[in-house]
Amino acid sequence: MKKLYAFLLALVFTLPSVCLTSCVVEEEEEGEDTSGAYYDVEVDDISYYEKFRDKNITINVYNWGEYISNGSEESLDVVGAFEKISGIKVNYTNYATNEDMYAKFKSGATSVYDVVIPSDYMIDKMIEEDMLEEINYDNIPNYQYIDEKFKSPDYDNTGEGGTAKFSVPYTWGTVGIIYNKKYITEEEASTWDILWNPEYKGQILMFSNSKDAFAIGLKKLGYSMNTTNMEEIAEASVLLREQKPNVQTYVMDQIFDKMQLEEAWIAPYYAGDALTMIENAAKNDIELGFAFPKEGTNIFIDAMCIPKGSRNKEAAEAFINFMCELEVMTANGEYIFYSTPSTQAKEMILSNMEEYMSEDEIERYLLISYPDEELIAKCESFINLPKDTNELIIRNWNDILIGIDEDSWWNKAILPVSIIIALGFCILIILLRYRKMQKKRARY
Amino acid sequence: MNNKKFKILAVPYIVWMLIFTIIPLALILVFAFTDRNAEGFRFTFDNIQFAARYLPVLIKSVYFATVATIICLVVAYPLAYIMSKMRLNHQRTMVMLVMLPMWMNFLLRTYAWMSILETNSGFLNRFLSIFNIGPVHIMYTQAAVILGMVYNYIPYMILPLYTIMIKIDNRLIEAAQDLGCNTYSVFRKVIIPLSFPGITSGITMTFVPAVSTFVISQLLGGPKNNLIGDLIESHFVSGGEYNPYYGSAISLLLMVVVFICIGIFNQFDNEEMEETLK
Amino acid sequence: MKKFFSRFYVALILLFMYAPILVLITFSFNESKGRSWTGFSFKWYGELLRDDAIIGALGNTLMIAVIAAVVSTILGTVAAIGIHNMRRPYKTIVKNVNNLPLINPEIVMGISLMILFSFCRIHPGFVTIIIAHITFCIPSVILSVMPKLTQINNSIYEAALDLGCNDFQAFYKVILPEIMPGIISGFLMAFTYSIDDFVISYFTAGPDSQTLPLVIYTITRKPMTPKLNALSTIIFVIVLFALVISNVLSGKDVEKQKKIKKNV
Repeated sequence: MKKLYAFLLALVFTLPSVCLTSCVVEEEEEGEDTSGAYYDVEVDDISYYEKFRDKNITINVYNWGEYISNGSEESLDVVGAFEKISGIKVNYTNYATNEDMYAKFKSGATSVYDVVIPSDYMIDKMIEEDMLEEINYDNIPNYQYIDEKFKSPDYDNTGEGGTAKFSVPYTWGTVGIIYNKKYITEEEASTWDILWNPEYKGQILMFSNSKDAFAIGLKKLGYSMNTTNMEEIAEASVLLREQKPNVQTYVMDQIFDKMQLEEAWIAPYYAGDALTMIENAAKNDIELGFAFPKEGTNIFIDAMCIPKGSRNKEAAEAFINFMCELEVMTANGEYIFYSTPSTQAKEMILSNMEEYMSEDEIERYLLISYPDEELIAKCESFINLPKDTNELIIRNWNDILIGIDEDSWWNKAILPVSIIIALGFCILIILLRYRKMQKKRARY
Repeated sequence: MNNKKFKILAVPYIVWMLIFTIIPLALILVFAFTDRNAEGFRFTFDNIQFAARYLPVLIKSVYFATVATIICLVVAYPLAYIMSKMRLNHQRTMVMLVMLPMWMNFLLRTYAWMSILETNSGFLNRFLSIFNIGPVHIMYTQAAVILGMVYNYIPYMILPLYTIMIKIDNRLIEAAQDLGCNTYSVFRKVIIPLSFPGITSGITMTFVPAVSTFVISQLLGGPKNNLIGDLIESHFVSGGEYNPYYGSAISLLLMVVVFICIGIFNQFDNEEMEETLK
Repeated sequence: MKKFFSRFYVALILLFMYAPILVLITFSFNESKGRSWTGFSFKWYGELLRDDAIIGALGNTLMIAVIAAVVSTILGTVAAIGIHNMRRPYKTIVKNVNNLPLINPEIVMGISLMILFSFCRIHPGFVTIIIAHITFCIPSVILSVMPKLTQINNSIYEAALDLGCNDFQAFYKVILPEIMPGIISGFLMAFTYSIDDFVISYFTAGPDSQTLPLVIYTITRKPMTPKLNALSTIIFVIVLFALVISNVLSGKDVEKQKKIKKNV
């Protein structure tokens, strides 16, 4: 099939590819000269990192998209700074949801990653399935900066005295509703109901991952996000199915552009990212706001872990330690706006922010990223659900997205009809073949 | 150099193809019929039954791909004909112009459309607003997906059509005209039958990638317009569960459809060729 | 009138094909990140060159492409000779199997390899992606070498043997030069396929073997950045340059052939 054009192309392409290589290589060289992004980090103990130098170590770090200070807009290039200081090469790759990450791990037989940053319930699940390596906290002196209350989380408390054994907290945060102030009032946005409001049809975005989407559905109905009650889940799926016509599209990282450029007006998303969007949108003269829904919402902690099978556990611990350097936590906190689990870092962030932010902006930051106790009390965090509940949710979500309704007559009829059509085509092919053979025979 | 000794040279290749083409395809077949809850292999129809739930998606994908292929054919056919009648150096330039977008990665081409189709900030609507038209909502609709398919695969339709049309002997057309054919019947009785092999290979080269795409639908259609490719992908990479059992079963369905389509096209292909050769 | 219509039609289609690319290119020179024009700047090209992920991926892409193209050319050429000398029914079977990766949807090939690697507990990484690329490159090498082999006049080879060459010498001195154009075009095809491939890499790459298309894909799923426009522009210019040169060269070839014909 492709033969035809393959030859044509090959003919035309006899020379160019060679030059393609040379051009591309030149570019690469140029790249080296100009790479001088600004990174300088003061660390507590430089010798800790220097012992890795010249050992030719590479680690693979797997993180959420848009979830680290990356050197753009004068920020600190955290990965680059770590590479510079330790001589360890980092392959930094992204995933969009916990579930993506988990699927990747399951497909790779054993893991190829050295550091990964899942959320609470996922850490629990991974511990249960023996996918994580115990962390040697002696190798992470900067663990001291993490607040005590984060050191014995519910999802990871099998260590001595209920302390963590597998994870080091990276950030925490909540989910709320981000809205365009031009079209929507704060009062309207303070409830999940707005995501179902037909008045805003086509202006609503929604989480594309099953976990966060079902949490919203269940919360709106007044149930627990962690319900294992089949009927409650079924109710939530009906609700989410009803919502579909109003939704413009389902997103994860693409949400930033959509909200910042006024492509959509309302979306549920993580608090830290909401702040990023508010800040960026302000540059385009678009005013965004963030509201906590009164039905309650999700509170989460994302923590750094080392997957089983890591080939450079000590280097991975060094990376985690580096991420816990006060200056790095500060840089990350200032860049991604997620709440940091270290009071010291939080204070540094605030004092830095005073230099370039107005008081209003800082107040907003505190309000959104560090909500008061009363609000937090209304929040719930995900726990690891039984396998069949998880599967039910994932399957329901896939069906909703793809638009399959089990009960419709169309779905019942479609299997036999398709088989008949397929068989028909097969017979057609055989008949055509047969006729051709006969023709051939007739000719000779 | 007909030397039967050389036969042995094909062995490394055959072994390679066996391990990395035949066995993986066989694995799909095995996984599609393996009970996922059992240790080792246990035959079951559950996976296929599960995959059958998604037949509407498969039908939707076939529908999208068919529409895109038809649009490609209708648009590309006159173009290929015009190209084949151009002066030689113009022809070469045209081939180059058609191929140029093709050699840019298709992700970049799709990305280009993303920034054009956005409802408020996209270039299309900004352009239309000059004339006080719009805004039109195209992004995240079926139209966007089909547009993306047409844009990405149209060179694969133009080129085979063009290569077959430059081979058509001009004298045949002249003869037909001399025998009293008007332009329409020249097309119907001479050009179209003679360009049939180009049409069939163009159709397969657009239809097969279009029916199995998962990127174009993801980027331009969003999860609301997921196609069969997205469904397969979600069982392996992004669906929260690495599930080769269900994934294989769905892929099997896709393969059946693709092979049936190719089978049909091939029948036409050979038959028409034979008829023209007679 | 007819001519006008056909010209108009061609122009319309070219507009359709090139307008998106032109928009893409124009906005790579935009000063600001947004979609409104704020001023001319090369800043995004600078940012692009400083982006380690992209530069690293470029290195990976080239390395994988070179290895895959070299290995598949050698394997493919050797195999083509072998297949050429096979007996009928086997030959047809092998040829059909060879076509399998070409007609099978890419996604099916991608997942089938992913299942295989996962089944054999091979970590996704350089090895897996290179194996995958070789697998889809070999068929195109064979397809471009085979016709050259059938064109060879068997008596040249026999003459070489009669003149005292052994099998190897006869192959090296007679056959190889004859099929060289096929090998070269096969190599280039394999190389460009490998550079351009996304779907199969998507299912077989590991974190250390991210290729350029994979990185582009991750960028398209994130907030837009004109860096990607800059990258597209560079790729566009390279492809354009390459096509123009090859076009000029093949044009010269045609003229040469014409002259030869005239002289004859």
